[in-house]
Amino acid sequence: MIVAVNGEPRELDPEATVAEAVAIAGPVPPSGIAVAVDGEVVPRARWERTKLSDGQSVEVVAAVQGG
Amino acid sequence: MAERNGLPAFELAGERFSSRLIVGTGGFRSLGDMERALVASGTEIVTVALRRLDPGAQGSPLELIRRLDLFALPNTAGCYTARDAVRTARLAREAFETHWVKLEVIGDDRTLYPDAVELLRAAEELVDDGFTVLPYTNDDPILARRLEDLGCAAVMPLGSPIGSGMGIRNPYNVAIIVERATVPVILDAGIGTASEAAAAMELGCDAVLLASAVSRSEDPEVMARAMRSAIEAGYLARRAGRIPRKLHAEASTSTEGIPELS
Repeated sequence: MIVAVNGEPRELDPEATVAEAVAIAGPVPPSGIAVAVDGEVVPRARWERTKLSDGQSVEVVAAVQGG
Repeated sequence: MAERNGLPAFELAGERFSSRLIVGTGGFRSLGDMERALVASGTEIVTVALRRLDPGAQGSPLELIRRLDLFALPNTAGCYTARDAVRTARLAREAFETHWVKLEVIGDDRTLYPDAVELLRAAEELVDDGFTVLPYTNDDPILARRLEDLGCAAVMPLGSPIGSGMGIRNPYNVAIIVERATVPVILDAGIGTASEAAAAMELGCDAVLLASAVSRSEDPEVMARAMRSAIEAGYLARRAGRIPRKLHAEASTSTEGIPELS
C-alpha cells in the first residue's frame, strides 16, 4: 500500500503500523516527537499497534527552534 | 513592594515565575548562541515549534532547554486556520507533555498579523479541550476581551509585526488592554531593543515575549542581558508610579532661602 510519510509517498507492507512509518521518517529523538495520521494524533504508546491503511497520510513532527 | 531586592513573582495560569521575560528560540545562529543568550536573559519560559522530523538535524533545541531546566512552551507558528492550529496544539501536547500552548493563527505571510476569526475559533476549541491557551493577538482591546472571556490564560498583544523590530506602534491600545484585563498581558512581537521592552512594562504589561530582538542581534548574549535589565527597570518604574508629563518646568530645588547676592 502507499502511505504518505511527511509528504512523501512510500510503499509499505499492507500490515504496516504507525511505528514503521515513523522509522522511515528518520531517527526518532527520545522526546519532543509526535505523530498524526490524517491529522489526528496517535500517542507514542499506540504506534506499534495502530495499523495504517492505503492512502493515509502520516506526519511525524519534532521540536525545532521557533517563536 | 513586597520584596526590596527583586521582583515579585509573575503568576501565569497558576504557576509562579521569577522572570518576566519569555524568549522565543527562533532565529539563533547556533545552539551555542542560544544557550548563552537564554542563560543571560534569566528566562524560565522559552517557546519552541514543531516541524516535520528532519533526519539530518544537528542537535535538538529541546535537549538544551531541558538541560537548562527551562519550560518549553510550544507554539502553533505557521498555522493559518483554526483547524491546523488545533491539530498542531494537540501534536504539541503529545510531543512536549504540556497542555500549555502559545496559540498563533496568522492571516497572511506579509504582516503575520493574527486572523481574528480563526484565532477565536481555535481558542474556544482548545480551551474546551483543556488547554492553557496563551494567544498571540492584535493590539485590539475588544479582541483581547473576547479571548479572555473564552477562558484564555493570558492575552499576548503584538507591539508591531513579528520580527519587524518596530517596537510598540500603538501604546494607547496596549494601555487600554492592560486597564481592563484580568489575566496577564504579555507584549508579544515587535520588540527591537531594550527601551521598547522597558516601555512595554511601563505600560503595565506583566511580561514580554521576544525572539528576534535577541536572536538576530549582533551579540545575542549581551542583548539578552539588556532585555533582562530593561524588563526589570520597566516593571519597577511602573510600580513606582511615574511623574505626570507637564509642558513647563517645575524646579526640584526650593526657591525659599535664596541668598541676595547682587
